[in-house]
This record gives sequence, C-alpha cells and structure tokens, in this order.
Amino acid sequence: MSILRNSTLLRHLALTLLAGVVLYLLTLQLEPFRNFQLATVAAYLCATAGLTVLVGLNGQLSLGHGALMAVGAYTVALSQNRLSDAGVTGNQVLPLSLALGVLVTMAAGAVIGLAAARLRGPYLAGVTLAVAIAVPAATVTFDEVFNSEQGLPVYVEPPPLSLGLYFPNERWQAWIALAGALLTMLLLANLVRSRIGRNLRAVRDDEVAARLAGIHLARTQVLAFVVSAACAGLGGGLMALLAQSVSPGAFSLTLSLFLLMAVVIGGLGSLSGAVWGALLLVALPDLTHDTTDWVTLSPEVAQRLEGNLPLAVFGLTLIVVMIAAPGGVQGLLRRLGALVRRRVPTR
Amino acid sequence: MNALTRRGVALAAAAALLTAVAACSDDANTPPAEVPGVSATEILVGSHMPLTGPAAAGYSEIAPASKAYFDYVNANGGVHGRKINYKFLDDGYNPANTQTVVRKLVLEDKVFAILNGLGTPTHTGVLDFLKTNRVPDLFVASGSRSWDQPSKYPTTFGFNTDYTVEGKILATHIKATYAGKKVCFFGQDDDFGRDSLVGVEQVLGAGAVVAKEKYVTSNTNVAPQIGALKAAGCEVVVLATVPGFTALSMGTAARIGFKPQWVVSNVGSDYQTLAKTLGAGKVLLEGMIGVSNLPSPVDAADPWTAMFKKIHDQYNSAAPFNGNAVYGMSVAYLFVQSLQAAGKDLTREGLIAAVEKGGFKGPWYAPLRFSKDDHSGFGGHRLTKVSGDSQEFFGPVYETDSESGPVNEYGEQRPTPPANSIPSA
Amino acid sequence: MDRFVFLTFDGLSKGAVLAAFALALVLIWRAARIVNFAQGAMAVAAAYAAYSVTSATGSYWLGFGAALAGGLLIGLVVERAVMRFVDHTSPLAEVIVALGLVLVFQALLGIFYGNEYLPTGTPFSRTALTAGGVPLLSRYDLFVFGAVLLVVVALALLFTRTPVGLRMRASAFAPEVSRLLGVNVGGMLTLGWALASAVGALAAMLVIPTELGLHPHAMDLVFVSAFTAAVVGGLDSPVGAVVGGLSVGLILSYVSGYLGSDVTPMAVLVLLLAVLLVRPGGLFSSTVARQV
Repeated sequence: MSILRNSTLLRHLALTLLAGVVLYLLTLQLEPFRNFQLATVAAYLCATAGLTVLVGLNGQLSLGHGALMAVGAYTVALSQNRLSDAGVTGNQVLPLSLALGVLVTMAAGAVIGLAAARLRGPYLAGVTLAVAIAVPAATVTFDEVFNSEQGLPVYVEPPPLSLGLYFPNERWQAWIALAGALLTMLLLANLVRSRIGRNLRAVRDDEVAARLAGIHLARTQVLAFVVSAACAGLGGGLMALLAQSVSPGAFSLTLSLFLLMAVVIGGLGSLSGAVWGALLLVALPDLTHDTTDWVTLSPEVAQRLEGNLPLAVFGLTLIVVMIAAPGGVQGLLRRLGALVRRRVPTR
Repeated sequence: MNALTRRGVALAAAAALLTAVAACSDDANTPPAEVPGVSATEILVGSHMPLTGPAAAGYSEIAPASKAYFDYVNANGGVHGRKINYKFLDDGYNPANTQTVVRKLVLEDKVFAILNGLGTPTHTGVLDFLKTNRVPDLFVASGSRSWDQPSKYPTTFGFNTDYTVEGKILATHIKATYAGKKVCFFGQDDDFGRDSLVGVEQVLGAGAVVAKEKYVTSNTNVAPQIGALKAAGCEVVVLATVPGFTALSMGTAARIGFKPQWVVSNVGSDYQTLAKTLGAGKVLLEGMIGVSNLPSPVDAADPWTAMFKKIHDQYNSAAPFNGNAVYGMSVAYLFVQSLQAAGKDLTREGLIAAVEKGGFKGPWYAPLRFSKDDHSGFGGHRLTKVSGDSQEFFGPVYETDSESGPVNEYGEQRPTPPANSIPSA
Repeated sequence: MDRFVFLTFDGLSKGAVLAAFALALVLIWRAARIVNFAQGAMAVAAAYAAYSVTSATGSYWLGFGAALAGGLLIGLVVERAVMRFVDHTSPLAEVIVALGLVLVFQALLGIFYGNEYLPTGTPFSRTALTAGGVPLLSRYDLFVFGAVLLVVVALALLFTRTPVGLRMRASAFAPEVSRLLGVNVGGMLTLGWALASAVGALAAMLVIPTELGLHPHAMDLVFVSAFTAAVVGGLDSPVGAVVGGLSVGLILSYVSGYLGSDVTPMAVLVLLLAVLLVRPGGLFSSTVARQV
C-alpha cells in the first residue's frame, strides 16, 4: 500500500486496472442498448476530459470542440476506408486509425491554439465558434473527399469470431470505447499531477505571477490546446466507429455547446467532473424522453409536447443545477462528502 | 483503513458479485429466438423524425398522420388481429441523434421494423446498423438513390420518387413546353441537387443548362445566386430546393425584378406549405410548375383525398390536412398493405419477401417499382400547376428509370379506395 | 462590374440587419460584461409576441411596438428571475445558464406556436430600386439603415451624455466600488438587460422578414454571424458593431457570389483570424487586450 501511496503513476495504474475490470464485468451484464450507451459515454468522456483540462485547468474557453471531434472522426473514417480498400483489414488496424485521428486532430489543435494564445474571453469564444461552424461546412466544399452532408460510411470489422458467432456487437464497441477512455483518463490524470499540470493551473490563476515564475505563457496555452485536441480527436474517432458513419450534421455547433455544458455541469476543474458530464450527455436526453412517456395526455397536447418537452426539461435542469450548485455535480458531491465526514468522525 | 483501501475492497466485492452473475449468462453463442416486436395482439413499429429544430417544419406532421391511419386500422380490428403500435422518436435531423434513437428502438424497444425514417444524412448513418440486425427498413422518407441497393442493404426500401427521375420528368415538360428558352438550375448542395441536375441534363443534354447555382441550408442569403441567374438571362429555372428555400428564392427574385418560369421538385413544391411561408407573398406562386405522385389535399373530389380526410378529421383533427398529412397516411396505407401481404405468420423475412413481390396499388399515380432487385420507391410523377389559390394536376402520369431510359407515359388508372378504407392483401 | 455593385448593395443590406443584432450584444457586454447566448432566443420570443399582436389587430406597427415592449419585459424578467441568482465569479456559469435559457425558450415557443415557419410582413416594400438596370437598395433596406443609425446614436448618447449611462458602465466595470459610491448596481444590471433585450427584439423584427420566416430557431444563424460581427468590431464599441456587421455582410455576399455559398463559414473564420491576430480586442478596441 505504501508504494501505491508514494507513486502517483502506480496508484493511477492500479485504479485504472480496477476500473477496467469492473467495467468489463458490467459490459457482460448490460443489454446491447445499454452497452451502446456505455460506449457513447466513453467516447464523450474522452472529449469532455480533454475539454476539462483546457477550460477548467487552463482557463481557456473553447466553443469548437465538436469540430475537433469531427477532425478525428473523419480521419478515422478515411483511414479505415482506405485501408480496407487496400486490402488491409482486421481489428488490428483500429488502433492505427485511431492514432492517426489523434495525430491529425493534434495538428489542428496546435493551429487553433496558436491563435488562441493571443486571445481572451469573448474573442477566443468568437474564433472557436467560427471554427465550430467552418469545419462541418468544409465537408461540403471538399465534397469529393468528405461527400458533403451525406457523409461517409466507416468500414468497421465485426467482433472477432473467437468471441462467438452471436457475440453482441454493442459489447465489442463498448470494450473498444472504454479502452480508449480509460487510457485517456490515465494519461490525463498523470498529466494533471505533473509539473505541466501545475503550470497549466498557474497560468489560469494568474498570468503575471506565472510568467514571473518562469512559465512560458503562450507555450503552455498551446500545449493545453494540443492535449485537449488529442482527446477530442480520440473521442471523435471512437464516435465514428460506434456509428459506423460520419456526417457533418453529427458534429454541429450544438455538439460543441453541449460538450461545454457537460463539463460545466459535471464540475469544472476535476476529471471526475468530466465523467459526470459525459454520463449526463447520454442519460439526460434519454431520461427526459422517458418522462414524456409516463404522462398521458390528449393527443393534441401530446403532439405539441413531443420533442419539445424533453428540451424544456433539459434546459431547466441546466439552469437549476447551475444556480443551485455552481460547482456542478462534482462540487455538490464534494460538499456532501465534507458534510458526511464532519458528522462521522474517522479514526 | 485508509480511503484508498476502503474503496478497493468495495470495488472488489462488487466485482466478485458481478462475476458470479456473469457466470450464469452465456448469450454469445445462442441465436435470438422468436420475432422481435410481434405478439399475438400487437406489432411494434419504430421511426425517426425531426420533431424539433429548424428541419422540423412540415416534416413533424408526417408521423402523426401515419399514426392516425394506424389508429383507424386498429379501431377496425387491426391487421390479422394485431394492432399496430407506431413509436416515432425525435432526432432533430441530427445524424448523431438518429444513431441513438434507432438503436433504442431496435435494441431496447425491440421494434419489428423501422418505417419511413426521414432524411438522407440521418438515415444513411443507420443503414449498416439496420442491416447487421436484419431489421426491415421500409419506405425511407427521402428521394436519395442510396436506398436502392438490394445486394448491399437487402432490408432497406425507398418510397419517394428519386430525385433523378424527378429531374428527368421536369425536363421532359420543359423540352415540350418551353423549347428555345434559356433553362437554368438552382439546387441544394448535396445529393438532392446533384441527382436532380443529373436527371435534368439527361433529358435536355449536358450543355443545355445555361447557369447552375447552389445553396447550403446554413446560409439564408440566396441573393448572390439568384442575381447570377438573372444576369445569365434565365427564362426557366428548375429548383431542387426544400420549401423554405423555394419561398426564399421566389421572394428574392421578386425583389430584384426577376420573373422566370419556376419548375420545382416535389419536395419544395407543396402549395399549402409555400403559401403559408410566403404569407401575402403567395401571389408569387402563380403559374409554378411542380410534380407530385400523391393525391392533392385540396382536391375534395379525389376519392382517396376524401378517404384520408375523413380519417384525419376523426383521429388527427388538430393538425392541418395538407401534403404532409396525405404523405404520412399514404405511407401507412402501403405499410398495412405490406403487412396484409406478409400473412398471418408474420416474420421479418416474410415481410421483406412480400414487399419484394410488389404489385401494390393505392392512392399513388405512378407505380411502385419493388422487386427482388429493385428497392427504389415510385418510378414517376404527375405535373402540377398553381393557378388562383389552388394547385392542380395536369397532363399524363410520367414514368422513367434513374438512368438513361426514356420518359414514358403511364396509362394505368388508380384503383378506387376500398370500402372500409383498409387495403386487403 | 454590375455584379460587383449588386453584391455590394446586397452585402450592405444584409450587413445592416447583422449590425442591428450585434448592437444588442455590445449593449449587454457593456452593461453586464457577459456575452448573452440567449439573446437570439429572447429576441425570437419578442418577435412571436409581435406576430400575435399583428395577427390580432392587423397592424404592423402595433406588433412592432409589442416586440419592443416584449423585449424590455423579457430582459427584465430574465435578469430578475434567473441571471441575478447565477454565480458571477465564474463567467462560464452565465454562459451555461444562457444556453439553458435558449433550450427553454425554443421549446416553449415550439409548444405554443408550433415548429412551422410563419410569414412576417415588412412595413415598406422590399423591391429594390434600380439604377441602370442594377438592383440596389429597397425602401425596407433604407428603413433598416435608419433604425440602426438611430440605435447607434441613442446608445452613444446614453453611455456618454447621461448619468444613467455612466452608472451602467461603472456598475459593469467595478460593481463593488460603484455600490460604495451609492450606485444601484442591481437596478443598473436590470436596466441593461432590459435595454439590450429590446434592441435584440428590434433587430429580430428587422432580420426575420429577410430570412426563412418566424421560427423558434430563426435567430440561431443570425446570432452566430452577429456575434462574429461584434467580435470583429470590438465588443465594447457600438460603432465597431456596425462596421463589423457591414463587413461580415459584405464578406458573406462577395464570397457567396464569387466562390459559392458553402465557402462563407471559412471566409468568416479567415476574417476573424485576420482581424484578431492584428488587433486581439477587435477593430475598435481602445486598449490592447493582451500582450504576449
């Protein structure tokens, strides 16, 4: 136990392994649709965790992470399709495509980061907003590569036959996505605890003080953008694999805004907040949908509420959570935890 | 005990519990039994539609209209004693949401089939998923040619006349009526506009279209394009536009004193929708040529319209009775017909076979082309013209293929509606 | 050449409506130091109020008045009932609450008015007056220019010539000090929200007839373009908003006309980068936002 306490890396590794085992067992239990939702949570988690590092730890705002996910998704789509056209198939090419997706998105992140390092507040928001609109639009301009609004199918190998003939595809997808998410969380958790992590926070808290302490501001900010973009790229790539297709409509400005909502509601500044955010992104629309099912109304009223009521409930939840618990879900839990600890003295 | 070990013990306990349960289940090697979504008394059918968001305008009325027809059928004994339960979920025309709601319908609700899923980009994304799960994917609400790939997607079937067929028919009318005039084209920058232009040029010849302009739905200023068409001296303009952009194009043209003959694709030519959008500007629609294949909602003399109107008033009276309502009910009519043909022992394979057998007759003018190696929907259209405050059919029904085949007149008449408004096999 | 002239005037008339909405964003930024992402949805709600009044009375101008009054009221209610309770130490909290408001507004409008595009009229003809066969501006465009000019002048007078304007700016920049000096900071915030919302409503009344029609999402795209315009001009400057709006309008028109309408988002991004990399606080920023 003492080794674990002293070495951050080993402690994180142990926790990741444990989480991996628990999640593996969970996937064996879940129905296919729940496994798909779990896989979606994992893919979103990559993006929200990256966004938390950027917004929460480094204090830079991005309204364009949906576009970065699109970069990852389209790279994975093109890579998978080209490889299968060239006769290179099999599940072993997946990591290669995903790695390519991450690399290309990192490059895109570096470009945006360079511009962002000069900008602040609403001006940075404006540029990232323009990115969120321009990237999906580029698929129409370069339609011979990206096939316009209709998008591209993504070639994905079925689960290996060794797993059984009727092995549920959704469980396989969940494994791939969870592996990606756990790796992301492990790397980010270490980064946050490292010197780089401290630099990121120092820049966020006080730029002048950070510069006096010898931290290169622009370099740190670009680095934050690149790390965050890498995570978004992986998340987007996983999304492409889950959906077996990519199209610009799936990576609209709405996605970018929802990612931001997710990390803030989850609780900025900690990676666990990103987990809550990813869970909420998948669970809230589903829950609110089911709520409308309970209420039986006259068909006229029902038709008006259909689709609209879930949105209203979702919006109200956002507002209420932000007002009642500005620290998000994670902040709320921390407060509850502190309350319990005060009541129950530990030895 | 410190926090870490405490957490570890708890997790290990949970893990042990899960392993114990996991040992009891082994679903990886057993094929699923029985027919999903079908019981002795019910058939569960799903769909994805934009009910909210900018694309919901008009389209959100389709699924409730289909449901109204199913309600009528259910009240009259259902199909082979089974009632149809139609569950349509909102995807907001966002392909990412379509992924989720279709999986929810298929994997969680275990629907028997997906009916009339709406939109090209949205539905394209779920084709592979539906194929893998062998779900009948019937009568997709879009005129894309992607649905007609029987060898690649054996369970998917189209419904709408595809955009190329439409383009060929519009061009045939132009060739016959406006010979010698300058013809131009304005279309959406995706497969809708592209396929339509292919059809138009197929008939008129590659060089015959003098100016071609495109728009994207995210940019609502079409003045630069319309201005270019005016400058090119266009006299006839073919529009492959959604209703909002049909209205916008006509309004913009009027502002700059440009008055060509408009010839509009089916999607963007429903008079009621356009008149509502244009308000006082609906006079601009006078003389507009369009195409349609389903009975006109305003033509009370049409027996099919009368039949649908009666059901609409009984089950869906809060919604307007327009082209979308007729569309939704026609889809539902065809679906009931397919179920009747599939017989009492309903299976997914049986339904697919019944649709592939084809031969369905109903309110539509041009024939359905379903066969073993043709999964496209209707093969033709009839021309419409706006005059006064109504839109009326004129001329023969045209029929053609999506390739270079000739455009023929289709002579067969529509049948009269069944007495109880429910099709037999 | 005719083409260029045509595109220029088209761009200017499009830019004028964007400028009107950008002014609303500048106003709320000056009064409360936030970018109000709900501005578009609030403005659409006011435009629906105008629609109801105009349908009931048949008068465009009564509806117009209802939109302005509705705008004031919506701004007041949003500030008093929601924004006041949001944690102001984190700027993101306000952004997220605003996004939540967008969802609520759009859902409620969808429930009460439906998801169809509704026609909206204009008080003046939109048929362009021509010169030498080239269509230039319409009477309606001139009306829009006049309205935008009026708002700019009114804002300039308000913020520089009246005590209320001074107090509003003071409250936004240094709320604590202002409070000590006896300024009713809460009241100033409410006033700022109400005024900004009314200007937003005015802009919606001007923009919506030139777009697809009245719809819960009618201002989504306009918000994005207007926000870009405000950022290009510098969020602190009303004149900047007008210049930004006109330049975005012109860019959209030229790029659509010469390159294709699908290229416009990329052109907007290039414009933003070009301006902000030279002047990180926008064209009309008084101070350099930040040095590296």
